[in-house]
Amino acid sequence: MINELNALRANALEQLAHVWDDSALEQWRITFLGRSGALAAAMTKLGMLAREERPAAGKLANEVKTALESAFEAKIGAIKQRALSESLESEPLDITLPGRPIQRGRLHPANANLREIYRIWRDMGFQIFLSRETESDEVNFQMLNIPPHHPARDNWSTFYVADTDHRVLLRPHTSPGQIRAMRELGANGTQPVRVILPGMCYRYEQASVRYDIQFNQVEGLAVGRNITFADLKGTLTEFARRAFGERPVRFYADHFPFTEPSAQMDVQCIICNGAGCALCKYTGFLEILGSGMVHPVVLRNGGYDPDEWSGFAFGLGPERIAMLRYSIEDIRYFWGNDLRFLEQF
Amino acid sequence: MKLPLSWIRDYVDIKISPEELAMKLTFAGLEVEQMEYIGLPRPAGSRATGERPELAWDRDKIFVGEILEVKQHPNADRLTLVRVDASRGADAPIEMVTGAPNIKVGGSGYKVALALEGSRLYDGHKPGWELATLKKSKIRGIESGSMVCSEKELAISDEHEGIILLPDDAPVGTPLADYLGDIVLDIKINPNMARCASVIGIAREIAALTGAKLKPVPQKMIAQGAPIEDQVKIVIKNAELNPRFTAALIRGIEIKPSPFWMQRRLLMAGMRPISNIVDATNYIMIEVGQPLHAFDYDKLVARAAGSPPTIITRLAEPGEVLETLDGVKHKLDPFNILVCDTRGSLSIGGIMGGAESEVDANTKNVLLEAAAWEYINIRRTMASQKIASEAGYRFSRGVHPAQASVGLKRAIELMRELGGGEIAKGIIDEYPNKPKKIVINLPVVEVKRQLGVEIPAKQIVKMLEALEFKIQNSKFKGKHATRNTQHATVLRVTVPDHRLDVDGTDDLVEEIARMYGYENIPISRMDDELPPQRANVDLEQEEYVRDLLVDAGLQDVVTYRFTTPEREALLTIPGSPRPAIPQREYVRIENAISADRSVLRQSLIPNLLDLTAANLRYRPRVAVFEIGPVFWMRGADDALLPREVATELPEDKGIRLPLERRRLAIVLTGARGEIAWQGADTTPVDFYDLKGVVETLLAGLHLTNASFVASSNPLFHPGRGAQVKVGDVVIGEFGELHPVVRDAERFDLPAQAVLVGEFDLDALFACVTAAYKTTALSRYPGVAQDLALIVDENVPADRVHALIAQTGGALLQRATLFDVYRGDQIAQGKKSLAYALTFQSADRTLSDADASKVREKIVARLKREIGAEVRGAG
Repeated sequence: MINELNALRANALEQLAHVWDDSALEQWRITFLGRSGALAAAMTKLGMLAREERPAAGKLANEVKTALESAFEAKIGAIKQRALSESLESEPLDITLPGRPIQRGRLHPANANLREIYRIWRDMGFQIFLSRETESDEVNFQMLNIPPHHPARDNWSTFYVADTDHRVLLRPHTSPGQIRAMRELGANGTQPVRVILPGMCYRYEQASVRYDIQFNQVEGLAVGRNITFADLKGTLTEFARRAFGERPVRFYADHFPFTEPSAQMDVQCIICNGAGCALCKYTGFLEILGSGMVHPVVLRNGGYDPDEWSGFAFGLGPERIAMLRYSIEDIRYFWGNDLRFLEQF
Repeated sequence: MKLPLSWIRDYVDIKISPEELAMKLTFAGLEVEQMEYIGLPRPAGSRATGERPELAWDRDKIFVGEILEVKQHPNADRLTLVRVDASRGADAPIEMVTGAPNIKVGGSGYKVALALEGSRLYDGHKPGWELATLKKSKIRGIESGSMVCSEKELAISDEHEGIILLPDDAPVGTPLADYLGDIVLDIKINPNMARCASVIGIAREIAALTGAKLKPVPQKMIAQGAPIEDQVKIVIKNAELNPRFTAALIRGIEIKPSPFWMQRRLLMAGMRPISNIVDATNYIMIEVGQPLHAFDYDKLVARAAGSPPTIITRLAEPGEVLETLDGVKHKLDPFNILVCDTRGSLSIGGIMGGAESEVDANTKNVLLEAAAWEYINIRRTMASQKIASEAGYRFSRGVHPAQASVGLKRAIELMRELGGGEIAKGIIDEYPNKPKKIVINLPVVEVKRQLGVEIPAKQIVKMLEALEFKIQNSKFKGKHATRNTQHATVLRVTVPDHRLDVDGTDDLVEEIARMYGYENIPISRMDDELPPQRANVDLEQEEYVRDLLVDAGLQDVVTYRFTTPEREALLTIPGSPRPAIPQREYVRIENAISADRSVLRQSLIPNLLDLTAANLRYRPRVAVFEIGPVFWMRGADDALLPREVATELPEDKGIRLPLERRRLAIVLTGARGEIAWQGADTTPVDFYDLKGVVETLLAGLHLTNASFVASSNPLFHPGRGAQVKVGDVVIGEFGELHPVVRDAERFDLPAQAVLVGEFDLDALFACVTAAYKTTALSRYPGVAQDLALIVDENVPADRVHALIAQTGGALLQRATLFDVYRGDQIAQGKKSLAYALTFQSADRTLSDADASKVREKIVARLKREIGAEVRGAG
């Protein structure tokens, strides 16, 4: 009987070794562990043994049962494992095939660029003030210290609206917004103002690679009881650092009728880092913005007493900055809306 | 403005390098845009940007030489042999061949630019610019290693007709670079720097910036002729527009070309030499900044029938015509001021002379005018008469009347030096409108208040005095003294009489900042009070909508705001009962840049259709939107929006400011998806694609009370347009573009469904509330059941959905339409709608039976109200 049990065990394990699928395993279980399987048959034989043989044979029979059961359990795991490895190895993908296309929308580069400028100025405590695009001559020029026929008007090639006696025009710059912002936010010259005034401007220009008849400008204005040219330099330097990284800036005298003193700010060339290249015309610097201390006439027109209040203003051309940064060779690309251009951003 | 450095050096000693000087001027507001090096080496790192190449003349090889003898070349008619003295560079006179036509055989004593063997020169015979080294070679049998140069060979100009002939006093043996080398500064003159549009103006700035001394303009005039008073009279009729008129007279001059040095300077300054007299007026205009006009005195006398002429300045009379010396006949405006005599007009004051009294080759006696003109009137006249001139350029930016006599005296003496003759004693000086001396009280504390840096009063005085301001120190008791008694010093500043741009403390502060140097002003961060904070909801909502649409897969675009009424009219098919966009008065551009940009747009759609057509040429799909303003002239029933009221100024009253309203437009067309190897839905987009975008937008703005009703706008394909309402407010329309509009030749669109929509963002945003409710999450499982209905074809889907939602009540969490079917098994005139219903309770687990009970209620209601049958039931 002992031999018989040992042989049963050996035979069962030997057969189990070749079992590799679920149905064969079930067949094996029925054959050896089933109610009328080989082990059950061996068990019934135990009763027929001599009394003194029974304990040893019984113990062995239990051992065989345990061994077969645990081998069965192990086999279940092994089959799963093998199936998993087989499935993992089968049908590898060509990972170089392209992925499924996703229909993605994008912001227009000019709008994305404006947002970046908003973000920087918002962080610096400047609020965004939207002003009209069609303006009166009075607000656009006269209240900004540019009387009719003043030579400075040559700097703005202006579109005029018909049937309004030249009193209405398309703003050639965002500066008239300064007057509207001071009037709306300054509470009759009693509250400080810190705003940026972004928006579309229009100039009567022959469209070319460098000039277009419409373009965005971002004006800035800070009015307070205690604002100086040193603050202007400091604030614009901080802006330049945020927008262009750690690189030198320089300020030099310029002229705008609505600021005095006026200053141009240059930033070290972002392409050649000052070494000189075609972009910066071998000067090492790029012209980024015009600025200055708000002219007393403008402060007064904004409702402030220029003896008590002072302020600075600046204006920059976001498309120009985008052109520098992304090597855009033609400003007309912006409103041309060729999707091949817009999808590069 | 171009000025050679050598000319500036006449008036100021320059101790710094030209490059350093250019930086100093640039930083002080006189931007040096270009430096042209003539014969001199350009420093490393800088680059020529002019159209002509530059050439540094070798100081050891290129000299001033003298031709000692000119002989005929033995073997060539058109060549000569010249023997040139080269007192440096060669031991003995050297012989060379030249083909120059401007030297004569047998002649001698010519002063020339001599280049010795080994010089680097441009090849004069080749087109374009080719640099070559001068080598010994045989020319028709005669060996020649050196050369007398043309202007082209030295890169002075592209002239190669003859050789350069230098004046007789040219110092033989001097390196040519020392004699003729120069640097031309091209300086941008901003309107506030009009005083610097001259040699003296730039020299004055340099003197102030570098601490050098400015030399005065020579005013000596050797006048030995009969007094001028008896020979001409001046009458000024309008002293407002002509504050001063000065004149001088010279008799017996000889008209001839001006000397070499003067021609060189004029050419470098960008002016063409004409004759000694004309050149002298131009030369002094550039040097002093005072434009001058030379009359042929005898022509004036002849016009006055032999008597001494009377010059009258006055406004033009109605219908008056004047022919200027450029041959143009001007029909004058009543505000144009003229220089006349008793017979009629002679010139347009300050801008251009007339043809009749101009100096010519036979002129003997010259009456020289130096006047002052009111600059705004000059500008108006230049604009109305469309004339540009160097004089007009200067007068229209302002020339101080004090400069008139300075320029006059310097010029008349220069004419005498150049053309001989005798100057009449004295000058005529009619000066009825002398500008008042401007005196400004500058509290020293104001400098710190504006600039943020403490500059000692002494230093301020020094800087202003360098610019010729006169300063009196005074203690001031009053307003400024109380602010800070320690800084109560007030400077009494008198503005010099070449300045028209200074009349307030702000102007003085600017001068101080320029002289102090912007780079020396420290950097600080504002420590001012923070302004009251306000949100810009308009902008934030606009940006949020942009994000929603970008997330929906649409490309943001920005188009030109200009269009034509005709183009927008294409949106309406002729004969439509109503226009596609409301008819409003256009904002017309008076000076439109082109015929196709004559007005501001009232709709964003035409531009989007244009760009769609353009892009469809190389791609199957276009999905774009634009957010931007449309414009129209305010009509009687157009009420202002709150934001428009907020920014309106009292000054706007009575001005026809157009309305600017914000719009959103969307265009979708072409394949729904991109082709891909995995397979993709590339069928054309339809109405429901755009509706999905609109629903996404409304959902994103949390507008739960939006509805869609059929639109009768002729823009859309009949039956395929929808109006979007939020509550009762119409916020826009969208649909499939009417095929007739689509096929309009102008738009050039392919024959496929084009979905368009335009929305009024001002109206839309007015419906948005910042706060909205969210619902609590149920912790209990939901029960899903389907419901397939058969309804009449004409029952709209949103009616069915509304009934389901209403009847389902709180337990019906969601009802999603997942199938619309017509055809087999469905009777004619009917359609099948299938919904996936999800039931869920907030406080218990629902059983199938609970869900079915609600479902039965829904079915009963649908049957009762719209005669719906459950599909497959009986």
